[in-house]
Amino acid sequence: MQAFTPPPLPSDDKRWKIVNGTMRKNGFARHALIETLHTVQSCFGFLDENAIRFVAQSLRVPLSQAYGVATFYHYFSLKPPGKHTMTICTGTACYIKGTDKLLASAEKKLGIEQGLTTKDGNISLMTARCVGACGRAPVILTDGELRGQMTGEQMIEQLERWVVE
Amino acid sequence: MNLEELEQIAESTRLENSAFDHEINVCMGTGCLSQHSDKIRDALSTEVAASGKKAMVRRTGCMGLCAAGPLVLVDPDETLYQHVNAGHAASIVSSLGGEPVKSLQCNLREHFDDQVHVVLENSGHIDPERIEDYISRDGYKALVKALTEMEPKDVIKEITDSGLRGRGGGGYPTGLKWGTVAKASGDIKYVICNGDEGDPGAFMDRSVLESDPQRVLEGMAIAAYAVGASKGYIYVRAEYPLAVQRLQASLRDARRRGLLGHNICNTPFSFEVEIRLGAGAFVCGEETALIASIEGKRGQPKPRPPYPAVSGLWGKPTLINNVETFANIAPIIRNGAAWFSAMGSARSKGTKVFALTGKIKNTGLVEVPMGMSLRQIIEDIGGGVPDGHKFKAVQTGGPSGGCIPEELLDLGISYDALIGAGSMMGSGGMIVMDDTSCMVNVARFFVEFCMTESCGKCIPCRAGTAQMYTLLTRICSGDGTMADLDLLVDLCATIKETSLCGLGMSAPNPVLSTLRYFKDEYIEHIVHKRCPADVCAIQASVAVETEEVTA
Repeated sequence: MQAFTPPPLPSDDKRWKIVNGTMRKNGFARHALIETLHTVQSCFGFLDENAIRFVAQSLRVPLSQAYGVATFYHYFSLKPPGKHTMTICTGTACYIKGTDKLLASAEKKLGIEQGLTTKDGNISLMTARCVGACGRAPVILTDGELRGQMTGEQMIEQLERWVVE
Repeated sequence: MNLEELEQIAESTRLENSAFDHEINVCMGTGCLSQHSDKIRDALSTEVAASGKKAMVRRTGCMGLCAAGPLVLVDPDETLYQHVNAGHAASIVSSLGGEPVKSLQCNLREHFDDQVHVVLENSGHIDPERIEDYISRDGYKALVKALTEMEPKDVIKEITDSGLRGRGGGGYPTGLKWGTVAKASGDIKYVICNGDEGDPGAFMDRSVLESDPQRVLEGMAIAAYAVGASKGYIYVRAEYPLAVQRLQASLRDARRRGLLGHNICNTPFSFEVEIRLGAGAFVCGEETALIASIEGKRGQPKPRPPYPAVSGLWGKPTLINNVETFANIAPIIRNGAAWFSAMGSARSKGTKVFALTGKIKNTGLVEVPMGMSLRQIIEDIGGGVPDGHKFKAVQTGGPSGGCIPEELLDLGISYDALIGAGSMMGSGGMIVMDDTSCMVNVARFFVEFCMTESCGKCIPCRAGTAQMYTLLTRICSGDGTMADLDLLVDLCATIKETSLCGLGMSAPNPVLSTLRYFKDEYIEHIVHKRCPADVCAIQASVAVETEEVTA
């Protein structure tokens, strides 16, 4: 039987080496699929077709399975994020504290629906299913930084700061 | 590592600590960190250095009272300061040894005095990234005791006798589960810690992993010894980066100290643990779905039996317990089953950690003995509903649970009592709602959650939750009919009976429990086209029409 040789890295972008490192650490085992996709997303910000193909080939996982996993889990994104990301928590505690109003006013302000990025690629508006900071509800994440007891004014202020940049 | 070496580490840590007159503990859990408690710690360190006082500034995990954060606890006087910022550092440090800073002091004695801390005994008192801190508070004594003085079957007997039941929600007796895995045939077995806290509004597991990660590792190691496993996985949500980081540091420390790895404590027992990141799927809290996810697949559940205890990860016997369950193991082994079973109610032993959130004054994490009444938790410990609003319901069990109305507030907390009330213990979220919440809208919120989180494998859950959502949306927008209500009840029964896994089976619970206690609100929406809490946007034209009719 011929020994398996992993495919070459898609480009000489150094980030592929990090991705490859995760797979190597797991002995290119099939079960490292989710771990590897996590690495891809943390390196590139999202999973594109190219990346999913490369990971699937390297781990000898059918492309359908890799795509299935990438689309099954909410944490993985198949679209590039904007320069800034506003994530609004929609967990129960935040919902009780009126996070739906925050979301509605952010959607209105940016003119986009949740899950989308503004046309200029500046701001992505996302929602999260509970970030576990319920004691500080309502909670938003501005570029990953958690901010609690958020008011509509504070959130709009942040969005405006990003627009001006 | 043996007991003497452990004692030596503990002793030298205590000695180091005793060189200080004061210990300033700064909460650096997710809640307080979001308010820059790291800067407070730095400011305090600078002030201490400048003052020349013998004080130690320590990073700790969650102190529980998130509402009053950032929190700083000064020991040995047990002075708790609330809403601290870096500017307060100078006054706190200069008050050491004298009168505490009155303006910052948090005087919520009843909030803390009514609690009993077992799982949270170290939270807020140790640096979660220093294994020595954990050892100095009796950490790893239980593991050493189990390995050197007890047979695996003795460990299982102790856990069985303690009456501990799974803290992830179902309440399955832990000892029984361990016994099944121990009896299962096979050389390779696995232990999995379920830290996929997908239940929105709950953050006990996050807090335990952030505040006292070694406790969870110790519990897992004892479990592995008892059931004969040598490999463990901790499945944590990727949304909890701090917990993951602290776990990684803890794994490193435990390996370095020989408390994980080969031949632990010079015995034949070897145990290694790996972290697996979840990727945002609520269904992965279900055992078989979680196993599929660790195997790198889509998190879809499988029919049981076979149970994971017989055929789990890669077809091998697998023990899965929740973070809080593992966190209870070390104290049980250390203090004995009788000590543990003395706490709690007849069929629910020990304590339970709850995440108290929503319309309540003291939001945060609390740990109380089982059997305590909901009223005591909400009114005394939680401080009641703020801003002059009226309590309406408390939601427990997350999307699988239900809403409990005021008339049942004297109910003592236990697995069985909550199920009897149409809710469930769940992982421990407790969300308080006041008169500004519409119960139909709340039911719709949870159904929407289950609809989007349904993995799609079985039809009752995939299609049923979507139909429930349509019906509830219709009622919320004022277009519902009484026939819709009957249809909803029918549908609930079908989904409950025919779904494949717990997600589907329990998805109707929020609807059924609100129908049971707040049917008048449904009727108000349907018949009078009115939302009593003024939450639902019932179209003006519909509302006006009925106004005219009633006028």
